[in-house]
Amino acid sequence: MTETTKTPATPPADDATPAPGTRRGIIPLPLAAARALLLVGGIATAASTFLRWTWTSDFPGDLTVNGYPGGLQVLTLVAGLITTLFALATYEVRGLGWLVPARNNAPLVLTAVGGFAVTWYTVIAIAAKLGGIVNWEPGTYIAAVASLLPVIGALALPQDATDTTKEALKAYIAKAERVPAAQATAPWIQRLVITIVAALALTVFAYGIDAEDQLFVGFLIVVVFTAWALQTAGLFDRFSRLTAQNRSFALAMGFVAAIGFPFTQTNDHYANLGVNILIFGTVALGLNIVVGLAGLLDLGYVAFLGVGAYTAALVSGSEFSKFSGVQFPFWAAALTGAAASLIFGVLIGAPTLRLRGDYLAIVTLGFGEIFRISVNNMDGVSGPDITNGPNGIPSIPDLSFFGFNFGENHDIAGFTIGRFANYYLLMVLISALVVTIYRRASDSRIGRSWIAIREDETAATAMGINGFRVKLIAFALGATLAGLAGTVSAHVTYSVVPNPYQFAGAAPPNSAFLLAAVVLGGMGTVSGPFLGAALLYLLPEKLVALQDKSLLAFGIALILLMRFRPEGIIPNRRRQLEFHETGQLDVPDTTTLTDDPAITKAGA
Amino acid sequence: MRFGGLTAVRSVDFTVNAGEIVGLIGPNGAGKTTFFNCLTGLYVPTEGTVSYQGTVLPPKPHLVTKAGIARTFQNIRLFANMTVLENVLVGRHTRTKEGLWSALLRGPGFKKAEKASEERAMELLDFIGLAHKRDHLARNLPYGEQRKLEIARALASEPGLLLLDEPTAGMNPQETRATEELVFAIRDKGIAVLVIEHDMRFIFNLCDRVAVLVQGEKLVEGTSDVVQADERVVAAYLGEPFDGGTDDTTAETEAESTTGTTSTKGEAQ
Repeated sequence: MTETTKTPATPPADDATPAPGTRRGIIPLPLAAARALLLVGGIATAASTFLRWTWTSDFPGDLTVNGYPGGLQVLTLVAGLITTLFALATYEVRGLGWLVPARNNAPLVLTAVGGFAVTWYTVIAIAAKLGGIVNWEPGTYIAAVASLLPVIGALALPQDATDTTKEALKAYIAKAERVPAAQATAPWIQRLVITIVAALALTVFAYGIDAEDQLFVGFLIVVVFTAWALQTAGLFDRFSRLTAQNRSFALAMGFVAAIGFPFTQTNDHYANLGVNILIFGTVALGLNIVVGLAGLLDLGYVAFLGVGAYTAALVSGSEFSKFSGVQFPFWAAALTGAAASLIFGVLIGAPTLRLRGDYLAIVTLGFGEIFRISVNNMDGVSGPDITNGPNGIPSIPDLSFFGFNFGENHDIAGFTIGRFANYYLLMVLISALVVTIYRRASDSRIGRSWIAIREDETAATAMGINGFRVKLIAFALGATLAGLAGTVSAHVTYSVVPNPYQFAGAAPPNSAFLLAAVVLGGMGTVSGPFLGAALLYLLPEKLVALQDKSLLAFGIALILLMRFRPEGIIPNRRRQLEFHETGQLDVPDTTTLTDDPAITKAGA
Repeated sequence: MRFGGLTAVRSVDFTVNAGEIVGLIGPNGAGKTTFFNCLTGLYVPTEGTVSYQGTVLPPKPHLVTKAGIARTFQNIRLFANMTVLENVLVGRHTRTKEGLWSALLRGPGFKKAEKASEERAMELLDFIGLAHKRDHLARNLPYGEQRKLEIARALASEPGLLLLDEPTAGMNPQETRATEELVFAIRDKGIAVLVIEHDMRFIFNLCDRVAVLVQGEKLVEGTSDVVQADERVVAAYLGEPFDGGTDDTTAETEAESTTGTTSTKGEAQ
């Protein structure tokens, strides 16, 4: 939330409201009491997880053990510890000042509310799942009360007085207006920080992907509130500045963390989720070139994934393939799939890219559906016999590199790497390639011309950019990358069928989900589509209760997101400025804010 | 150039020589901007051609720019969410040719070309006096600087002819004066300039020749004295004189009043 809340200049109408300028909390308590509540509450919440919260192990995660937290208790413990850390930071404990560099209240409020939310969610879930509050133990009551204390403490923290309670609450979660720049640190410290963050991110992701049902909801609560708190504290801004200074090191660490993921998993099912997220994310990043950079709304993008997958299936040597005698090695199949997508992209792009805006969206939507319907009909009955129609091409053999069979388990340094983990590692390489392509293309003459076309097509052509050609390159490049990812996805899923390659469906990938992943994560960024893909893939997978209402839930979530954070979770600098008129956000640190007179040395 | 039954610009013959500043004036709706759009290929002329240095230009904006005609727009059309430097770099598009492959492979040639482009862009930013704002987003520049940046972006394509569409609209007198000097400095680089403007003082100070466009047709063309003395021009701007006042005084008031309308117009944009 980058919107800043300002106190209106008008005098308060109500006599009861304090005079402007005084600082007080919503709950009238002295500052010392507020801080103490935060600290004590945080510690008590963390400590309460060592008690048993229920008497039966029917509740998932076994919360019945005294002295050892389990399941959702672990999340409460983590939330309590985070609250304690932030509370200690308000006491100016040495070495913790960096947690709240701007000394604003929002991080404290949000961590306290996060701890409260996850604890009470657990408490209520116990009662709901086991049928009544009789299933609560004394520890449950202690946890419920303890987690409430930091919230009271946080809301008692003093802040500038506002007219209404609503504004006061808004001010409590507002991001710090000015985050002081971090002290200069040695390069090795910066790299250490990046390494630690990468390791933490991997741990959090690995934990989340293993979590099921209630545990996953609790996980989401903790992660969302903690991330929100860190964002309002300005730590994300600091970290992104840090990664900007150590660009290649940060990318390398991200790559290492991604490779490390299968080694944290014992069950190959979770590696399956991982590889699907990666495929989904990589295709979304390809779409990001088309939508995020060149500004071409493509609603039929999933067709290119389908072209790649079908091409790879046809040349995979599957006995159901029309060309069952042909078995390309993977590199050749990948190139063929990418090339087929490229040709398909140019064929679709050439006639449609003369259109702009909504017209282009509708036409691409149509072409996307044409692909699926054609593939459905090429079964030898209503069309040429190529794709086996709705049956698709099953039993696609596993890949094999130099005797390394992707279908078998391998033991690497004591870790068992299963089938999906093998594909996951292959997909990490392909994602790294796509990320490199994206970054290099966007930071070049061609990337600038894409952005220029997005900003103002008329002006861009008047500056000498051949709009059609440049747009076609973006479209074709996006198609190629999707086709490349498609070749892997064909092998991962054993079979290709026409159904997933539709405009909208209940499960990813489909064009609507791909677009949603880009918009949700943040258009024009590299990490945004991956984050969006992970969320959109994991949520329907984990929240079984939502299954039949997942589209409704996504609709609501997208509307809320567009209302409160239209630039996506990870904002692109340009986008953020487009949506929030916050003035000089972009001013680089090195320049000053002085307003030079408009008449400078013209013609000098 | 016709739009349906409306003839916006009809048989306007126009020659601009190298190193010359030519003004194009006319009342609102006279077809000045339409004429520019025909020149730069944004509109395809219904009849007639545009030639530059003896070759007929195809009506494609990017080919026109490549041939050496660059323009600015009446209502500023910068790439608002790109930085000042990036805006100028986009202007360099036709003078560089690194494609997708070289961007992906990042060979030495790519780095050299990027560096050269950046140096050239910085020279231009120095020239217009915006070098210190290279990393600001274009949208955050004040109005006058946005106008200047648009000129720098046009200059980045190394044009032989620069078309300026109301470069001083909405500017205060000092800014107008600065723009005047900027246009002279551009002329001194050997670039021919064709400028549309409503500010008569600006036009008559600046231009070697002035052409008057009225209802899509060229009324007069000549030096400022010739144009100012022409009764038809006065009539086109102010209507027929009521009792035949002297030409000189009428021209003077006419210049005043147009200045007035221009600035209100600029504010509205």
